[in-house]
Formats: sequence, C-alpha cells, structure tokens
Amino acid sequence: MTDIILRSLYVSGSALLVASVVGLPLGTVLALGRFPFRRTAATMVYAGLALPPVVVGLAVYLLLSRSGPLGALELIYSPPAMVLAQALIATPYVAAITMAAVESVGPDVRLQARALGATPLQALLLHLREVRGSLIAALAAGFGAVISEVGAVMMVGGNVLGETRVMTTAIVLETRRGNFGLAIALGGVLLAIAFAVNAVLLALSRQGERRLFPS
Amino acid sequence: MAGQRPTTAPEPRELLSAGELDVRYQGRQILDVPLLTLHEGELLAVLGPNGAGKSTLMRVMALLEKPAAGWVRFRDCTGVAAERELRRSAAVVFQRSHLWAASVEYNVAVGLRLRRTDRNETASRVRRACSALGIESLLERDVGDLSGGEAQRVALARALVLEPEVLFLDEPTANLDAEVRASLREDLARLARSTTRGTLLITHDRAEAFYLADRVAVLKNGRMIQVGTPSDLYENPTDSYIAEITGAELTLSGRVVGREENLLVVESGGVRLLTLGTAPNGANVRLAYRPEDLILADAPRESSARNRFEATVTEVRPVGGLFRVRLDGPPEVLAVITRSSAEGLGVRPGARFTVHVKATALHAFPS
Repeated sequence: MTDIILRSLYVSGSALLVASVVGLPLGTVLALGRFPFRRTAATMVYAGLALPPVVVGLAVYLLLSRSGPLGALELIYSPPAMVLAQALIATPYVAAITMAAVESVGPDVRLQARALGATPLQALLLHLREVRGSLIAALAAGFGAVISEVGAVMMVGGNVLGETRVMTTAIVLETRRGNFGLAIALGGVLLAIAFAVNAVLLALSRQGERRLFPS
Repeated sequence: MAGQRPTTAPEPRELLSAGELDVRYQGRQILDVPLLTLHEGELLAVLGPNGAGKSTLMRVMALLEKPAAGWVRFRDCTGVAAERELRRSAAVVFQRSHLWAASVEYNVAVGLRLRRTDRNETASRVRRACSALGIESLLERDVGDLSGGEAQRVALARALVLEPEVLFLDEPTANLDAEVRASLREDLARLARSTTRGTLLITHDRAEAFYLADRVAVLKNGRMIQVGTPSDLYENPTDSYIAEITGAELTLSGRVVGREENLLVVESGGVRLLTLGTAPNGANVRLAYRPEDLILADAPRESSARNRFEATVTEVRPVGGLFRVRLDGPPEVLAVITRSSAEGLGVRPGARFTVHVKATALHAFPS
C-alpha cells in the first residue's frame, strides 16, 4: 500500500511541477501581454478548466499507444504517460487562476516599481509579490484536480499492480472486488494527503513569502 | 578650468530638461511642450487645471512614458542612456501611491533593496527617512492599517530614502484632508530641498505651487502658457487663466478702441480705461484686476492712477478685517478696502465714489 501512496504523490507531484513551469508564466503572459488573439487564448485556458479527465486520457492514449504518433517512445502504461496526462489537466487550473490573480492588480504596481528604480523584471516580480497568495492557491487547485483524478491515469496507466497503480485507481479496483475496508482506508489516506498538501501550501503563502520573494 | 574663479552669479544649471514634446492618445494631441527645464537646486511646480496634461508631462519627463515625439535630457544623455541614469537617480511619488502589502519598513526599503544596498545601511537610512517624516513609530505596522496621511508619508519616505537627484511629486497631497495636507506640505518642501538636487511638483492647487515653488510652469489644455517665478506670474500674467489663479478678478469686459503709448484703450460700460495687454482694435477683451488695487475716494483727486470713474456702492461685505465692496458705474467692479478706510469714507450701499486704478493694474486678455 505504501508504494501506491508514494506513486500517487510522485505522479501528481511531477504533474504539478510541469503544470507550474508552464501555467505560471502562461497565466502571467496572458494577463499582462498585448498581442493578437490574447482574448481567444485566455478563453481557451478557462475552457480547459472544464476538460473531462477521460477526454485528456483518451487524447494521451491515442498519442502514446503503440500505433500512435509517439508510440515508438513506448511510454503507454508507464508513470511518465500518467504525468503527461495529469499535467495537461492541471495546467489550465494553474494558468487560469494565475491570470485572474495577476489581472486583479492594476498596471500602477509596475509603474510604481519602475518609479522607484526597478528594472522591468524587478517590476514584474514586485507585481507577482502582490498576488503571491493567489499564486499558491493556483498550485493548490492544480494539485487538487490531479491527485483526485481517476479517469486519465486509468486509461494511460492501465492500473498495473506495482507499476502504475495509484490511490484512485486502487480504490476503484478494491471497491469492485468488494474489499470495502481497503478502499475506505485508501480514501482516508487520499483525503489526509489532500488536506496536508493544502495546509503546507497555505503556510507557505503566509510565512514563506520572504524565501519565495526576496525582500 | 582648475583655478578659475567664478566672477558673477552662476547661471542656473540644467538638471533635467525636455523639449519638442508631443503626446497623443488615440490620435488626439494632449501635450505640446516646446521646452521645459528643471534647474539645479530648484523646486519647479507644474500648475494647471484637471485634465491639462500635467501628470502625463511628469511621466514623460520621468521617462515612465514615451512621447510620440520629443526628447528628455538628463546628465547630457538622451534616449535609453537617460532612462537608465534616471531610473537610478530619480524617485516618483504619485497621487495614489501603491504600497506593497507588507510592513511600512518593507515599503520604505523597497527602492534600496532594488539597488542591492547593504543591509545595515538600508536599515539606518530607512530609520532616518521615517523619522524625518515623523513615521518612525509606524515601521512595524502593516500598510493596510495606515490612514491616508500616514500612507502618503510612507510613500514620501520611500522616495526620499533613495536620496534621489530628481524627485517627481504628482499631486502628493491632493487626496488628503485640508489639515493633513497643510502639515505634509511643509515637510515636503523642506525635505525636497534638503535631499534632492531638483524637484518637479505637479499640482492643481495654486496655493501649493505659489507657496512652495521657485518657478511655476502653467499648463492648460496640454500647452505651456507661462513659466516664471511666482512674482513674474503675479505681476505679468500672459493669460486670463493665470491672472485668475493669481487672485485677479475677471468680471470686467470691454472692447479695444485704440492705443496710447504702450497701453490699450478699452471701453467698458461707457468708460475708457487704459490697460496692459496686446489685442487688435475692435477686439473684445476681459480685464483682469486685483480688487486690492482699486482705490476709492469721495472725489476725483490727484494720483498716479490714470483710470478713474464714478460708481455707486451696491453691496458691502466684511471678510475678516477687510471689506469687499461691490460698485456699479457702470462698469461693475469689486474693491477690497480696510475696515478703517471703509469707516473713514462712509462706505455703505448707495454711496457714490470715484474709483481710481492704475493702468498697470489692469490686464486685457482676448475673450
């Protein structure tokens, strides 16, 4: 059971890392940039919030299956395939919340920063500093969306014991088998992890700002 | 050259200047300034009504906004080099300053941290700037808990702590109560002079401009209509707006009927008045005058005042120790006289007097 829990954390944690690397800059650029089709791109990000995990699973499955365009990589039914699917699910959450947060502060912040001698990059960091709590919330939402997700990991991971079985797929399987005790135990662990991760992120947003944003 | 001594009072040296400025928003020109120079050691006020383009002018001169055309020069540099130099050596205080959601100390230190100033030096300079503005006790306070006046003092401390060569102040007291404004204004001018090499103050408050500044540049509809010392503007306004903001009345109007020496002859209410100004014959003009320049006498008398006419008192109103006296000749005018002369002359509604006024106390502006 421990390896299932650790695999869940590994897959969803990696997916969140990828989603952050893509989603935080993407949301910032969509909030601050001035370029053609910005509105359209923003709408697509918001629409991504409603993306059903099974549809993402299907797309990644078709991409990575033996006969798919990336079939030669032999990634189907492996943890990297699960990370890819979950990253696609989490990225719209991270990007959309980042975008809304960055937009919620006017351009005056950057003007003020530049007026005190900030370079454009320093001005941007001082802008992000003002919404750091919401940026943490963006990460929490992204993690929440993937740690609890079952459809995509089931389709691209295959729920192989010892290789791609994670907490959500294990709960589905054990429930079908009638092992309700094990299913309930896994469900409890899942809830505890979700709670703990959010508590850590919240504490980070309150106290860790000095480390995240050098003052 | 070394060893050479200055023999006369030095010419004012340029610190920051801008010229041929043309700023447009959506094709509409909102700023057209041929030249504006901030001199070394000077507090220059840019005065004008709301919407005149003052804040835009400041952002352009602070190189925070690019004009459609024009140049800004700082330390003999223009363009990107000037921007780099100015970012390092200037600070701006806005009307609504953005304070970062943190302590007062963080906010005052932010500019020094951007410049990677040593930690100990930062701490001591922050403390010094805060005590100069009387907010030392607020250092640990969260900015969300500050009053408007305190917040603006934090914004000023944050700018002054940088010991900027050029300080830009955009209506720094406009959002504050009258009482807070008065106390901040005093500190502001004193600190600006002692800390910086030059200050550009944007204001729509004429008292602030005339009281604090060495020179005042008056901006109206995006154009610089006059630049000069407060007494220049008071004595020789080039525009009816400037006459008005320096305390002149603009109730008199008339028509130019001729010229005498360097003066205009203006007919107003059947009376011929000699005035300063430039306007062609036949032009309709408004006459600016200061009520305190009108002299009332019970009969025409010898005086250097070249204009005199008979008028009847229609209203007398005490204002402090003075009296505002409205008279109608025609023309209708307003005079301000002391309590003792009002009593000596027997000024009351219905009384008739001769009004004397110097030609140089009247300014004609095309209406």
